[in-house]
Amino acid sequence: MNRRTLLGLTGGLALGGSRLALAQAPTARAADARFVVVLLRGALDGLSAVQPYADPAFIARRGPLALPQPGQEGGVLDLGGRFGLHPALRRLHAMFAAGQALPVHAVAGPYRSRSHFDAQDMLESGAELRLSSGWLNRALTALPSGGISRAGLAVGVDVPLLLRGPIRVGSYAPAGAGQVETGTLAQLARLHQADPLLGPAFIEGLRARGFSGAVLAGAAPPPGNRNGFIALASAAGRLMAAADGPRVAAMEMGGWDTHAGQVPRLQGALGELDTGLDALREGLGEAWARTAVLVATEFGRTVRINGTGGTDHGTGGVAFVLGGAVAGGRVLADWPGLSDLYENRDLTPTLDLRSLAKGLLRDHLRLPTATLAQAFPGSDAAPAQAGLLRA
Amino acid sequence: MRIAAIRFGLGHRLGAAVPAEACDWLTAQIQPLPEAPGPSLADCMASIRAQRANGFAPGATLQEGVRRPGEIARDEGLAWARRMIATEAPFAERMAEFWSNHLTVSRRRGQTVPVSGAYHRQAIRPHVFGRFEDMLLASARHPGMMLYLDNGGSSGPNSQAGQRNNRGLNENFARELLELHTVGVRGGYSQADVTSLALILTGWSIGRGAEFSEPDGFMFRPRAHEPGPKTLLGREFLEGEEGGIAAIRFLANHPRTHEFLATKLVRHFVADEPPAGAVRRVATKLAETGSDLAATARALVALPEAWGPPLTKLRAPQDFALAVLRGMGARDEAAPALLGAIANMAQPLWTASGPNGWPDMAGEWASPEQLMRRLDWVNQLAGRAGAPDARDVAEATLGPLLSGETTNAVRRAGSAREAMVLLLASPEFQRR
Repeated sequence: MNRRTLLGLTGGLALGGSRLALAQAPTARAADARFVVVLLRGALDGLSAVQPYADPAFIARRGPLALPQPGQEGGVLDLGGRFGLHPALRRLHAMFAAGQALPVHAVAGPYRSRSHFDAQDMLESGAELRLSSGWLNRALTALPSGGISRAGLAVGVDVPLLLRGPIRVGSYAPAGAGQVETGTLAQLARLHQADPLLGPAFIEGLRARGFSGAVLAGAAPPPGNRNGFIALASAAGRLMAAADGPRVAAMEMGGWDTHAGQVPRLQGALGELDTGLDALREGLGEAWARTAVLVATEFGRTVRINGTGGTDHGTGGVAFVLGGAVAGGRVLADWPGLSDLYENRDLTPTLDLRSLAKGLLRDHLRLPTATLAQAFPGSDAAPAQAGLLRA
Repeated sequence: MRIAAIRFGLGHRLGAAVPAEACDWLTAQIQPLPEAPGPSLADCMASIRAQRANGFAPGATLQEGVRRPGEIARDEGLAWARRMIATEAPFAERMAEFWSNHLTVSRRRGQTVPVSGAYHRQAIRPHVFGRFEDMLLASARHPGMMLYLDNGGSSGPNSQAGQRNNRGLNENFARELLELHTVGVRGGYSQADVTSLALILTGWSIGRGAEFSEPDGFMFRPRAHEPGPKTLLGREFLEGEEGGIAAIRFLANHPRTHEFLATKLVRHFVADEPPAGAVRRVATKLAETGSDLAATARALVALPEAWGPPLTKLRAPQDFALAVLRGMGARDEAAPALLGAIANMAQPLWTASGPNGWPDMAGEWASPEQLMRRLDWVNQLAGRAGAPDARDVAEATLGPLLSGETTNAVRRAGSAREAMVLLLASPEFQRR
């Protein structure tokens, strides 16, 4: 019997009290750190979330998608003179003011696929091809267990690829989580319209569940218990706050694929994200001080507005790093400007998303270099980003 | 080819080879179905008897080796589900399902629970491409049908048993045999014919103890049989077991039966409102061949109407669930999920509400709540690890049969999961 098995057995037999004692023993910062990854599926429009209002080409390029300057009615919330946060992100702005939010701009993964499927697979694989495990799971292999039975937690009905792999992870979903998104329901209702039998039945079924025509059109809020992300984030925070709670968690939120009617759709989605992230902070309580959250999406969207009041699949976008452990209160961007666009349509990426993730794994979870290479194979060109954490 | 897999098969199985020629692929499946293994009838009956004797009550002494009814039913269901998910002869399996539903034995009648699988395996499957009269006879003699429609306890009023024990006639099976299995409700029979057929079939019963015989567990009890000849639909049938066999063969080959079966078959393979010309052709084939079900299956494949406008039929939940799992390339281990899904979508295996079986009309399966349950289920599946790319599934299962709108929605979906939900919950995927 090797040492690991022995330890595993002991851990399994230990009672709650002794496990608690184990966690209360003086530990290195790494063992007590909390790390959360939030995936925004569907590609968040980075130029709407974090608006480069000082860029001279911004208003001309973005047209009606450019919001008024800070201080004006309905204007963006200032992030230090060059960028402004979408006004639906006011709680995030409060975190920024407290030095706990670090918006990152002109960031993208190494792939240049504009396919959601491929890009999400690669983002979660941490590679330029789809792997059968995710980078966050591979990172867990080197995490000191500290007596925790499941250091990783998938918050939601399914375990995302990001957290699948050799290390077993827990999963938790509050009741009502994992339901089909309102936008998807609206699309399905449209697809059913031409079917004389199924069309009316489908609409009636949705109505019975609280999805009237107005809800599907985005003109009225979805029925209660549907703000899946807020419930998920709040639950994740509470679970991770426990001394023997999971160290690492992943969750996801959809609804970002705004090809049409972007302004009202983003207003709702950003509001839900904002409330959810704040609920995560609240749920974590004093553990927030030891927390870093990475919010990422598969790619950005086209700089110009399309013909249906939306934007199409693009390249460079935004990410957010949040938490009490984060050196925030500033925007991290090697700004490429909006006069020259990538392939004459997208924001040019100047930072590799893997660098952000590697920086957090190295400086927050204190993982060794070998593990970073295992998490992100073939990523030598994207060194770990320094300075993301408070000293 | 896609129409063949959708309409005649169980939906294309992701990763399966695509045959070059659709009609050849279907007609090559018209051959005896592989035997489906399962518990022996003796074991099923032992379970029923133990149940009746309250042998499963706490503290009761149970004979060694006797299994609970629920256990047998679960194993039969799983074996069925594995076969349906993986089969490479989906047309043959669809025909087996059709006939099994036509001659329904439903688990709603509690006694049939441990024997419903054996009934399907032993009375239906061996005859799917044989003669209808043999299938009908096997069904009538099987304990599954006896228990379901009560014939096992029916005695002629003038038989020895009837005279002595004051037991009498039960015409339940005789009526359904006419109304649902053969000539149909408008088949031109009277109440006198129903009574007469019930008398003809008195003494048809289930063997017990030493009398029990495999494979069908059937026993004729002369002491319960009504003496004398009887008249059914103007024809005379002699006293004895032979009279019943002759009556069943006569009914199986009655012109009204041909019409009734042809109507149901065309409804299943063409449209809810079966076109008269197609019904006539299938009925003629049944008549010409003495109800040869292989020839009839070939006639169905040859119907131009069956290859006409696609997606006219609504998939019943069982069909839908199978198409989804096969379309996603599911394997054996999905069998419990299949059984759970069809139960939740209101079509639990072998549990039709009555002896007329599951309905085969779209309106019966299109309730708002049912559509929502389909949506919930595919949403659950779509989020699982290892789900294939929805675009591949779309191309393999429906391809050009999908509307441009649905194809675009799948292609432009915001996540792999959303794409899969849009495809599997689309109106096209609900149809066949």
